[in-house]
Amino acid sequence: MRALVTYLVRVGFLCRKELLMLLADPQTRAMLFLPALLQSLLFGYGATYDLTNAPYAVLDLSRGAASTALLARVDGTGVFHRVATLRSASGIAGVIDRGDALLVLSIPGDFEARLAAGSAAPLQVILDGRNSTTAAAAAGYVGAIVTAYNQTLGAAPLIVVERRAWYNPNLESRWNLMPALIGALSMLQTLLLSALSVAREREQGTFDQLLVTPLTPMQILIGKALPSILVGLVQSTTIFLIIRFWFQIPMSGSVWLLYLGLFTFTGAAVGIGLSISALSVSMQQAMLYTFLTIMPLMLLSGLMSPVSNMPRVLQIVTYVNPLRFGMDLVRRVYLEGAGLREVAFDFVPMLAVAGVTLPLAAWLFRNRLA
Amino acid sequence: MTPFMRRFVALLRKETRQLLRDRSNLAVGLLLPVVLILLFGYGLSFDVRDAPVGILLEDRSPDARAVVAGLQGSPYIAPVWLTDMPEGVERMRLGEIRGILRVPIDFARQLSAGHAQVQLVVNGVDTNTAATIESYVSGAIGIWAQRQADRAGSAAGGVGRVVVVPRMWFNEASSSTWYLVPGLMVLVLTLIGAFLTSLLIAREWERGTLEALFVTPVRPLEMVLAKLAPYLVIGTIDLFVCLLAAHFLFEVPIRGSMLAIVVSSMLYLTVSLSLGLFISGAMRSQFLASQMALLASFMPALMLSGFIFDLRNVPVVIQIISQVLPATHFMGLLKTLFLAGDNWAMFARNCSILALYALILIAASRRSLRKRLP
Repeated sequence: MRALVTYLVRVGFLCRKELLMLLADPQTRAMLFLPALLQSLLFGYGATYDLTNAPYAVLDLSRGAASTALLARVDGTGVFHRVATLRSASGIAGVIDRGDALLVLSIPGDFEARLAAGSAAPLQVILDGRNSTTAAAAAGYVGAIVTAYNQTLGAAPLIVVERRAWYNPNLESRWNLMPALIGALSMLQTLLLSALSVAREREQGTFDQLLVTPLTPMQILIGKALPSILVGLVQSTTIFLIIRFWFQIPMSGSVWLLYLGLFTFTGAAVGIGLSISALSVSMQQAMLYTFLTIMPLMLLSGLMSPVSNMPRVLQIVTYVNPLRFGMDLVRRVYLEGAGLREVAFDFVPMLAVAGVTLPLAAWLFRNRLA
Repeated sequence: MTPFMRRFVALLRKETRQLLRDRSNLAVGLLLPVVLILLFGYGLSFDVRDAPVGILLEDRSPDARAVVAGLQGSPYIAPVWLTDMPEGVERMRLGEIRGILRVPIDFARQLSAGHAQVQLVVNGVDTNTAATIESYVSGAIGIWAQRQADRAGSAAGGVGRVVVVPRMWFNEASSSTWYLVPGLMVLVLTLIGAFLTSLLIAREWERGTLEALFVTPVRPLEMVLAKLAPYLVIGTIDLFVCLLAAHFLFEVPIRGSMLAIVVSSMLYLTVSLSLGLFISGAMRSQFLASQMALLASFMPALMLSGFIFDLRNVPVVIQIISQVLPATHFMGLLKTLFLAGDNWAMFARNCSILALYALILIAASRRSLRKRLP
């Protein structure tokens, strides 16, 4: 019992020293807590796939009632804004090249006549494919407008596809992205923080002093890991609060499960960071190795595009990436209201990474040949 | 040799040795770009493949089977047959399927009456996949329904309708890789710049070697240029690695001239290296400088430069902020040079902005090296 108390007290001293180092300096404090706030606001507004403003140009060679009615529907969406009315096909290249218009609607001269004759009248849509995702979204939107217009002509579709989206009824891309940032943004800084923690002491020579104290490598490990995990969780909480209360994305799942997942995930990230730290001789090295590690972790996580779009080989590689599973867990608990049963598997790779990297770091503290 | 050149060459030799001495520098300088190219090029894709969609045929009539037959053999979705709705709901919750297409029991009867309905439930968490599933499923069903209608209509006299004929310029195959790869080059040059140079001055402040330099005749500008030059060489190697990968590995068309691409890339590389150097000089602490470099480079270039998220869709405030980022100006230019071809007006405008940034950042780094103790 007494041994346990001594053990915990010693760990507590180290934790306190680490926290003091991080929190005493106002610049460091700002660097650890402001970015999470600013970034979640910035990216919350900036990172969207939703088409909200599609400038377009028109080349209407028919100038009939039908084309006017169709174009009025396009204008009426509030998404498409007409920036140019072209007189001939030669103008199309210019407006697209300059990026003035995302798309050009080109209506042939016989548009009206074809419709009256009861045949198919083509509406040509020329899209700027420099961002093919936006272009495809705009094309889809035009398609929906045309379908609705066709119905007024009496061409009712034989089969209606009635779509419902679960967990995100209006299919807002912000709902998909923001919960993922709870894990991703905090990982960036936490991993770097833990990677620098031992490297800084090595560079300044204080790590040798730490090694001759009665602290065991395990105690040093806990003392170094806990403050970093704490910083990570505070960052996650900041982002979580902004998503929940500023952007008002409804949370469906249990907060406890969310935090259990975040704690495990942050532990794995800190484990990776401390292992890097134990391997590096200088802060420069620790920082560069961290960047070398963070980039694949971010890119193979499903943050920007789903893991299922990747080639099989890369999908297998993602199993060692705690961010992939941390992100999956947060998204599903937050949006789908998933319970422990549904997300249990997500814990396996995260615990495995933490279980390997944390003891590895402790071992490296003593056994690394400088 | 002028005194300026003599001092510059001496400093250059020192910086080059420091760069080559530490293997982690070369790992990041030469390995990271290759890793990024491969991961981005193959790992990042908005082209949905084999999304599992459950199909529930409550009506087992030939018509019902025919309407979903069109969904098989598509590269976008992989049909999974369901026996009842509770099974579908359970598999959605477990994440095994991304959507459910339900053909109701009275489908055939409604179809003969001329107004049938099918239900599509999608998991909306991944909006991009959900939208792809929806447009693919409604497209396939629409084509089938149109064919049915035409067959019936040819007897009764058809109704005129508008058909959309889309044409994607610059990216005919509508492959996201085509617009992501030029963006990836921007990202590689941004990261290399920020990561490699962001500790250079801070380290010398922390170790006190800068104060030793102050008593020598070297001038701040010479120090800045000597620190930039070796990394410019590494960045140039990376640039050509990216270009080769874009052309041979990802087969992205390079429609603009090589001259324009190389000139603007070198200019941007200078901007990103001097941004790293500026951070280093301003922060004076390796800890703060590395956190700052990470925050100022990677996420903004990824999220706010128009790399993935189209800037046309974001609020005005964010548009203004994105215009402050040098990456945004290079991103627009490089995508155009790759996919659309030379656009010299845009080249001149964006390159002048980049040149201005380079000058400002170099001047600011020079200022932070003034021979004065803090």
